[in-house]
Amino acid sequence: MTSAQDVAQQIERRDIRNRWLLSAPALVIIFLAAIGPLLVMVAYSFMVKGDYGDVRFGEFSLDGWFSVLFWRDIFDDTIGLADAHLSILWRSIRLSFITTALTLAFGFPTAYFIATRPPSTREVWVFLITIPFWTNLLIRTFAMQEVVRNEGILNSLMIWSGIVDQPVQIMYTDAAILFGMVYVYLPLMVLPLYASMEKLDFRLVEAGYDLYATRARVLWRIIIPLVRPGVIAGSILVFIPSLGAYVIPRVLGGGKNMMLGNLIELQFGAGRNWPLGAAMSITVMLIVMLALLVYVRNATRSGVQHG
Amino acid sequence: MRGTALPQAQPAEEWGVCVSESAGRNAIDVRGVRKVFGSGDGQVTALDTVSVSIRENEFFTLLGPSGCGKTTLLRLIAGFEFPTDGQIMLHGEDIALLPPFRRPVNTVFQSYALFPHMTVAENIAFGLEMLGKSRSEIDGRTADMLKLVQMEELAKRKTSEISGGQQQRVALARALAPQPKVLLLDEPLSALDYKLRKEMQLELKQLQHETGITFIFVTHDQEEALTMSDRIAVMSTGKILQVGSPHDIYEHPAERFVAGFIGETNFLDAEVVATSAGSATVKLPSGKQIPAGLPEGFQPGSRVSLAVRPERAQIVAADADATLAGVIDNLVYLGTDTHFHLRLDGGEAFIVRQQNSSGSGINFATGDRVGVILGDDAAQILKD
Repeated sequence: MTSAQDVAQQIERRDIRNRWLLSAPALVIIFLAAIGPLLVMVAYSFMVKGDYGDVRFGEFSLDGWFSVLFWRDIFDDTIGLADAHLSILWRSIRLSFITTALTLAFGFPTAYFIATRPPSTREVWVFLITIPFWTNLLIRTFAMQEVVRNEGILNSLMIWSGIVDQPVQIMYTDAAILFGMVYVYLPLMVLPLYASMEKLDFRLVEAGYDLYATRARVLWRIIIPLVRPGVIAGSILVFIPSLGAYVIPRVLGGGKNMMLGNLIELQFGAGRNWPLGAAMSITVMLIVMLALLVYVRNATRSGVQHG
Repeated sequence: MRGTALPQAQPAEEWGVCVSESAGRNAIDVRGVRKVFGSGDGQVTALDTVSVSIRENEFFTLLGPSGCGKTTLLRLIAGFEFPTDGQIMLHGEDIALLPPFRRPVNTVFQSYALFPHMTVAENIAFGLEMLGKSRSEIDGRTADMLKLVQMEELAKRKTSEISGGQQQRVALARALAPQPKVLLLDEPLSALDYKLRKEMQLELKQLQHETGITFIFVTHDQEEALTMSDRIAVMSTGKILQVGSPHDIYEHPAERFVAGFIGETNFLDAEVVATSAGSATVKLPSGKQIPAGLPEGFQPGSRVSLAVRPERAQIVAADADATLAGVIDNLVYLGTDTHFHLRLDGGEAFIVRQQNSSGSGINFATGDRVGVILGDDAAQILKD
């Protein structure tokens, strides 16, 4: 005899099976496209590099990992810190931080502006924000080059208006990279910020004004704490791709101002050191994971629990 | 809600608002205020040249149906909106164009608008912090306020972790903590259930009495207005129709809208026969003449509407001497009262409310022919 409990259990089991079936395609893709290659990378990082790229399968070596931070003189085998790698790592982190800060500074007022429009026009503004996504990143970056190069729009304007007499060298500097990254990643900051500002109850802003808070204090004490989830999401969405940026530093930063993405690419290309490239990639991933963990924990500790 | 330390009225100089002595005893003077929203074809006049004076230490209620402009008037006093025309005086000083954070006026919002990222105590302390009070003063006053609204135990809770009634108290404490000159309350009880609302009505009234702060209370609930107010302003379509004590408004409504909005009212057509100071003799369609309360501006011969409260009429056995005659359409027994829904001989509906006392004598049934007699002050002439 089947009791009601048995039937309920059967239904539950069937539900669970159906859920797995429904998510199977996604799981397969996630495994093949993300976890699989990652495992391959981990494996490569522990192998001996091949002479013309590739790796020698089955030969275990820690050289790849060793070379991430250290450097061995080919003549006398003395060991030194890999300064170039560290300075590129430092530049990448620094530029990514500045990019995140700048997109936050520019994106916050933009998101606030959109969120305070009448509901019918908000969609139009959000739509406008997404327009840059329609064009390929590489093409946009070359367009950026057209703006910042010595004979470009920006320098021509500055010379024409008499601010400077000589073109200012922007191309192939960190400034050019920042310029490009802020431009490209700004929408990634604005959209999550807007999403949490749209949910903001503006009656709370009125309550703040009513209780003698000036505009600056309402912003600092009420609006920013309440849209913190958006700030966190936006910062993550900007910081991570900034750290791994490849096209922008390549086109606007030139060969001298490399970022991690370019350094890693170099190992798989001209450097012919796949294990090192693999080890570096995993290192970057670990740094990002660690940074996120610390950031999210700090940012949510003061507890934003509004619905 | 009886606490030890009550907010005392604060000298206005502290707010940078200069008080002119000639201002008299009005806390707020609204003078010729108009508020128009939108522009061009989409223009909406929310307030149409409103003037009203609110006295110090008064529990003043703005009463009207939704869309009558009562909340707009409150928001103009709070500073969330600015008038298109006119002045708003606080103790004789025009505050109409000051931002809300420069006005010694606090609001209890309909939605409470408690800050969800702060605790109960932090919410209450917020206004004091923004005024730059010392830490010890902030802590002291916050503790007093928590005590006043009996929320000491929940001080450390997040506002999402307390009940609606408790949120209401926190909102009240938060608005009272900075010792405002005037407290504005925007339908603060509408989200509470019936029993809690009844309790809060009494507590609010008590609190107003104890603090001596001028309360301006917005509601669409006429019963709430009658229970709590010292004076009521009845509003409709952007205008104030009548200002007066609950008794005045109920017993002597000046306009048909006021009579209809507050309590149940019977309307009768009549013609003025003779007038004297404050009263008149009117002739009903049946030819009977009765006395009626008279507002200004009516001459003998004018056609008028009369308002008669159901409890001011008395039902009697059909009799030629009765003022009105009709048939009982419907009879509703309500324990203490019985409501008789009559169809008068002229075809109008008429309601009589009679107390069920032991001596009320005759029992009537649906379909009976009955008479109605009106007391000497039962009828009131209305401006339409």
